[in-house]
Amino acid sequence: MQSLLELMGEAHEQISQAVSLAALDQVRVQYLGKTGLLTEQLKQLGKLPHEERKTAGAEINTAKQALTIAIEDRKQSLQAEALSARLQAEKVDVTLPGRRMDTGSLHPVTQTIQRISEIFAQLGFSLAEGPEIEDDFHNFTALNIPESHPARAMHDTFYMDSGLLLRTHTSSVQVRHMENNPPPLRIISPGRVYRCDSDMTHSPMFHQVEGLMVDEDVTFADLKGILEAFFKAFFEVDELPTRFRATFFPFTEPSAETDIQCVHCGGDGCRVCKGTGWLEVMGCGMVHPNVLKNVGIDSEKYTGFAFGFGVERLAMLRYQINDLRVMFDNDVRFLKQFS
Amino acid sequence: MKVSEKWLREWIDTPLALDAIADKLTMSGCEVEARDPVATAFTNIVVGHVVEREKHPDADKLSVCKVDNGRGEILQIVCGASNVRAGIKVPLALIGAVLPLPDGADLKIKKGKLRGVESFGMLCSSTELGMSDKSDGLLELPDDAPVGMDIREYLKLDDEVIELAITANRGDCMSMIGVARETSLVMDVPLNVPEIPEQTAQHTDTFPVALQATDACPRYVGRIIRNINPQAATPVWMQEKLRRAGVRSISATVDVTNYVLLELGQPMHAFDLDTLQGGIVVRYANAGETLKLLDGQTATLRNDTLVIADAAQPVAMAGIMGGEPTSVTYATRNVFLESAHFRPANIMGKARSYGLQTDSSARFERGVDPDMPVKAMERATQLIVSICGGEVGTLVDTLADASVLQRKAILLRPERIRRVLGVTMDAATVEGVLARLSCTFTSNDAGWQVQAPLARFDLNIEEDLIEELARVRGYDSIPAELRPRAPRITQPSETAVRRETLRHTLVARGYQEAVTFSFVDPKMEQILAPATDSIALANPISADLGVMRSTLWSGLLRAVTYNVNRQQSRVRLFEIGPAFAQSEDGKPVQKNMLSGVLTGNLYPEQWGQVNRPVDFYDLKGDVETLLEQVTGTRFHFAPVAHAALHPGQSAQIMTDTAVVGWMGMLHPQLEENLGLGQPVYLFELDMSVLMQRTLPKYQAISKFPAIHRDLALLVREDTLAVALENAVKKAAIPQLISYYLFDIYAGKGIPDGQKSVALSLILQDFSRTLEDAEINRIIDAVVASLQKDVGAVLR
Repeated sequence: MQSLLELMGEAHEQISQAVSLAALDQVRVQYLGKTGLLTEQLKQLGKLPHEERKTAGAEINTAKQALTIAIEDRKQSLQAEALSARLQAEKVDVTLPGRRMDTGSLHPVTQTIQRISEIFAQLGFSLAEGPEIEDDFHNFTALNIPESHPARAMHDTFYMDSGLLLRTHTSSVQVRHMENNPPPLRIISPGRVYRCDSDMTHSPMFHQVEGLMVDEDVTFADLKGILEAFFKAFFEVDELPTRFRATFFPFTEPSAETDIQCVHCGGDGCRVCKGTGWLEVMGCGMVHPNVLKNVGIDSEKYTGFAFGFGVERLAMLRYQINDLRVMFDNDVRFLKQFS
Repeated sequence: MKVSEKWLREWIDTPLALDAIADKLTMSGCEVEARDPVATAFTNIVVGHVVEREKHPDADKLSVCKVDNGRGEILQIVCGASNVRAGIKVPLALIGAVLPLPDGADLKIKKGKLRGVESFGMLCSSTELGMSDKSDGLLELPDDAPVGMDIREYLKLDDEVIELAITANRGDCMSMIGVARETSLVMDVPLNVPEIPEQTAQHTDTFPVALQATDACPRYVGRIIRNINPQAATPVWMQEKLRRAGVRSISATVDVTNYVLLELGQPMHAFDLDTLQGGIVVRYANAGETLKLLDGQTATLRNDTLVIADAAQPVAMAGIMGGEPTSVTYATRNVFLESAHFRPANIMGKARSYGLQTDSSARFERGVDPDMPVKAMERATQLIVSICGGEVGTLVDTLADASVLQRKAILLRPERIRRVLGVTMDAATVEGVLARLSCTFTSNDAGWQVQAPLARFDLNIEEDLIEELARVRGYDSIPAELRPRAPRITQPSETAVRRETLRHTLVARGYQEAVTFSFVDPKMEQILAPATDSIALANPISADLGVMRSTLWSGLLRAVTYNVNRQQSRVRLFEIGPAFAQSEDGKPVQKNMLSGVLTGNLYPEQWGQVNRPVDFYDLKGDVETLLEQVTGTRFHFAPVAHAALHPGQSAQIMTDTAVVGWMGMLHPQLEENLGLGQPVYLFELDMSVLMQRTLPKYQAISKFPAIHRDLALLVREDTLAVALENAVKKAAIPQLISYYLFDIYAGKGIPDGQKSVALSLILQDFSRTLEDAEINRIIDAVVASLQKDVGAVLR
């Protein structure tokens, strides 16, 4: 029989040479298993003389403990190596793009309408809608534009054979809203409008936002205040000079064109503002008493203002789009820019 | 309205520069749209006199001229113009002259040699002087042009033209006198309009005038001028003023009437007296009467059209255009001049209804000062006589309705001013503006009773005057106020499905939002919605945008084609917008639709995913995800054919009570016709059915474990998934909390005409853990129901 010393020497040698947990377990079984070499030695203790038995037993137990610890140490070190190898093996290129379904985007017109709506919501304006195929009354007559008035020539109107028409402005919603709701009123109405005109800078269909406020005490000063606040909010600037120029609309009196300082050049004059430093962005005014009369609102008791502007115009300024027509081509390379 | 600065300054006395005037006009309502110098900034060009002209010895088209420069020299100049001849006076660019060219460069005149002949200067056309865009030959100057005078000085070319956008309410500003008045008003500077002297009659011949339509023509001023010289040349100052206003010089008489129209805003007409019969009758046309107009067209008149007629026939369309047979010509010696007032309401829209638009109609339909006809007649007489000679007849002023010279008083109240503008104005300010406006007014306890000047057809109600107060003082003088207002708390509906939610659902699934036109190609509309009574436009922008869409698919397909043709083969688009159709009684119906289209591969190109083209179930997954937002409504998909869709891949989408929309694969034939070359999938949903959902309501969650059981069944190959689902439901087992189909297989190992389907059932009870025996009973019941309803057999 081998001496314990020899045995231990070989065992430690084998432990250190075990390169896998399975090999290590074999070593354990070889020495510490039920028929393992050390176990066998313990079984042989009975054959030893009584006085040697205790010492020999203690030696074997010490050896067994040492072996157990050595195996456990080796096991931990092998486990650490295995983990380290796995981590090494599982390394990825984090710069490779992720596996994905792409997201889309909202049309810049929609995004602009949402932005406009949000700003006016803060000012207490709610949304109103109306039909796009309109009658003459709601699009023209009720707005103080009588038949054959030269002002009608300002609108190149699409007609149907029935005499109905495609609304030329969202002001028609103003009329419908006032017909059905008593003052006080605070609405905006975004939507599609149509003009029989198509070239570089005109689309036969575009979007407008109409605004209306009617109450017992609404003035031109309020109109100026609200529009100035709107433009600053829309362009996210603390200061944005505006100017109100006198003009004519049949449905407002007084009427104004609203210019903002050119947001591209800061008023110095550039291609966008045609060198004037100003951008014409909105028409507005105090609701004409005839319009209030036409919808049954007492113009002595109530005053109001209305405004209207093109959504594409603001979207083009905001996103620096220099061609109106790309808005309706729906080229995905254009649309994806607004995600 | 084109306004020469020099002409304006004849009547407006201000040292302010044109910049300041233009700015003020723009701010107060007459927007300056353009400013242009009347000639380029050339130098050293004088009036030259061609004293001799000979053909160039070596060039057919060139002339060799001897030109007097008025400075004691006769210069030899080679000229290529066809109208050059001895005796004419023309602009002469001397050696050293500089002519700016349209491209920004300068043309410097030097001594030159053309085909061997020396040339000491250049004779000029109006184009070379920057006075017009095109010209035919040299600019011929009047015989009395002083030779040697600087051409800038002679033609008064140091002038600018401002182009004013006159709004539809300001007919009064469509004349120099109107613009001068407006400038004087808004700039608060004096107005110096010269008095028009009354012309003394040299004979008493008159032409009878009968006003029958006094509602439309309350006033008519006429006068005969005899023995004019019809060949007389229009003086250069008048030609230049006309040119700067954009009016072509025609003949002296016509030029005078045009000049008076520009100067005073009163349209006039000159008849050849000898072509008129009997007398003037102002009446409505008899339907069907015809009139050959000055522009050569013959109009067939309606009975709503006011005409100037003589005893025989209409001779002019009143306020719009004169007739050709009675117009003045180069042979006309006796003229009958008309200066009338027509009420705007009777002229409005009439010109346009005949396809006409004239300087005269533009003014009359906006309103011409009813006090102007006599003044205009005197002015025109003065000018004609000074240019063409002739003997002035008695002026006949037929005023059928004197009320046209009266304005209704308007009550202007200080409190109303405050309520409209938000500022108070003191009495002195208000009265100051009213005075500058040439209003007459009296003040009383309520405010002022105001009569607007006759020329201002736009001043009729109190607000009109308030606008005048505001704009004359400047809108800048009104502060911008952002006042606190009563808060308006609404009760936002949580059961409303927000459009934004639907939009974002699709955006998250890779869809781009499109905006397409509401009008579409009628051919496409017919293919996509053959059964719909669509609405046609009477005046479409083009034939392929001729009908209102009843489905959003045409626009989306157009967009898909656009993208596919530009190498963008993976396209997902959606649109929310209106669709239109006609109801049975012919009324338009507008519905909001949510439509989408997808084509190309499922995923964007990438490295880590096996890609494949999208199919019906990708489409359906997107639609179902949308419909999941609409909680509380059950949606069904039925295999129903649609004209535009593949018959085997087309589903009608329904609720229990209504049709919601359609989805499916674009019909392969249509795909081929559109040249798409790849399958396209479409859906369209009626938004009105999607707008309501239910409020979430908490349901307790069972604490006991859920048990999964899978079933493999053999069914007939044409068994619909919905039939399996219905059969499972019919078993009505409360513990069956969920089930789903997880595999379908047909082919090897499965009998012909059958398919294998695998169902997963999830069972759970609220009060206890289910036991095997119970579970088996449940499964048996489900299998029994499946067997009974769809003939399913356990594999």
